[in-house]
Amino acid sequence: MSAVQSQAGGDTAIVSVAHVSKFFGPFRALNDVSLSIEPGMVQCIIGPSGSGKSTLLRCINQLEKIDQGAIRLDGELIGYRRVGDELHELSDAEIARQRLATGMVFQRFNLFNHMTALQNIIEGPLTVLKRPRKEIVAEAMALLERVGLADKRDSYPSELSGGQQQRVAIARALAMRPKIMLFDEPTSALDPELVGEVLNVMRDLAASGMTMIVVTHELGFAREVANDVVFMARGEIVERGAPDVVLVAPTQARTREFIAAVLK
Amino acid sequence: MSDTTSPIAGRELAAVAQLRIVPRRFYGRWVAAAAILAVLAWLVSAFVEGDIAWPVVGQFFTAPAILSGLGNTLIMTVCAMALGVVLGVVFAIMYMSPNPVLRGVALFYIWFFRGTPLLLQLLIWFNLALVFPTIGIPGLFSWRTIDVIGPFMATLLGLGMNQGAYTAEVVRGGILSVDTGQTEAAKAIGMTRLTTLRRIVLPQAMRVIIPPVGNEVISMVKLTSVASVIQYAEILRNAQTIYYANARVIELLIVAAGWYLLVVTLLQIGQYFLERHFSKGRGGSRKQRAAAVEEEPA
Repeated sequence: MSAVQSQAGGDTAIVSVAHVSKFFGPFRALNDVSLSIEPGMVQCIIGPSGSGKSTLLRCINQLEKIDQGAIRLDGELIGYRRVGDELHELSDAEIARQRLATGMVFQRFNLFNHMTALQNIIEGPLTVLKRPRKEIVAEAMALLERVGLADKRDSYPSELSGGQQQRVAIARALAMRPKIMLFDEPTSALDPELVGEVLNVMRDLAASGMTMIVVTHELGFAREVANDVVFMARGEIVERGAPDVVLVAPTQARTREFIAAVLK
Repeated sequence: MSDTTSPIAGRELAAVAQLRIVPRRFYGRWVAAAAILAVLAWLVSAFVEGDIAWPVVGQFFTAPAILSGLGNTLIMTVCAMALGVVLGVVFAIMYMSPNPVLRGVALFYIWFFRGTPLLLQLLIWFNLALVFPTIGIPGLFSWRTIDVIGPFMATLLGLGMNQGAYTAEVVRGGILSVDTGQTEAAKAIGMTRLTTLRRIVLPQAMRVIIPPVGNEVISMVKLTSVASVIQYAEILRNAQTIYYANARVIELLIVAAGWYLLVVTLLQIGQYFLERHFSKGRGGSRKQRAAAVEEEPA
């Protein structure tokens, strides 16, 4: 995989993160992080809690604002417009437009509680993309079919299990036709027996060629599906490489300790 | 009565289980109820024998002036409440805006209208002509203030603006009750701040907002009576106008009280059904809690 070499961020990369730092008060959540991801790649990010992996994901779709560095997404600088030697902050509407390149799946699903599964999926295409209802309902049904929940179209989130909610959430993100999918610990809030159904949907998605960044504790999934694995600790990228290297024979002591602790 | 419990041997227990059970007797309750009934009977007889002409109450209960006053009370309740809710939503959103100017305006509005008595606000609106003899945009159009802000307008502005300040806080509480994950999910599918509020946050905040606003509708019915001091012809003022002429003060006050009680009772029944509807919610919290409880043992 050539992606491993493209750390500096070639022009082909769909996401390039360059020297990004992020502070929460005095706490440095990200410290000079650089990472680039090629189209079609499945990038897993692992690491202990508080290591900044979710923050990195949230910076990429601008749920968090970065304090230093720059991020290029789908050929565009995010959050700012370059005017000569200055960076001008983008408006709310422009940031919303840039977010369309990414689809986000949250740890706690965050389905809209007052809408049925189908309504959750068509909400974005309907109100943001302003596409005709008939067309998007048909697409939404196809997506529900794809995640195996066609019979739950009229169920409210409170009537679905965690695994079902997460699958609807994946369908909701896909309905916006994003170029890249971001998964923020998508199975961490699930009962163990429900993890598999969500991972299966993600596996299919990866096989379809979707570019994915997956923050996860599922090392088995990472080893099987990822093209590349990053290990983060204390806001920094400690190690990056092929899954068989990082997950099996890591070169860094901190990575070894983490993997030993997870597998225990 | 020093020992109120009965020691029992194991072999007796089966036999005891067959005995007749005598429920506790609440003598205190009977005494209290009797005393209260006596007081009530005395009160009723006092009012019946007192100097109240009950036929006059009956005669004026459906008098045209009273009914038109009732109509005005209801119209004002609806209009002022509508204005209050609209202003409440607008100022709650401004209050929570990242824009410091909007936030400042909202803070000032809430501070001012919650910080001064309603009666005083009504008097200011009613006497606005003293400050601004004409209102409008200079050069484009203008009216004489005294024509625009009559009793109805002054009452509407006074009650509505005052209600808006309180409703803003209720709406803000409702918005805060919606999980931030909902906002993040909305942002993640490319919604702007206002679309997120309109489509995702406010519909879910309604469950929290509706019950207190229902309460405030009930207070508003009674609050309109304050407008009698600025000549708005609501039910209390019309009752007063009649008793200035016929000197049946208490009789007409009873007529007004009867109507207020009737309207408030109807509204309370309505509120009960409204709250039941919203607490059920579409996939609302009660169901969610039930589902969570069911999942727990697993």
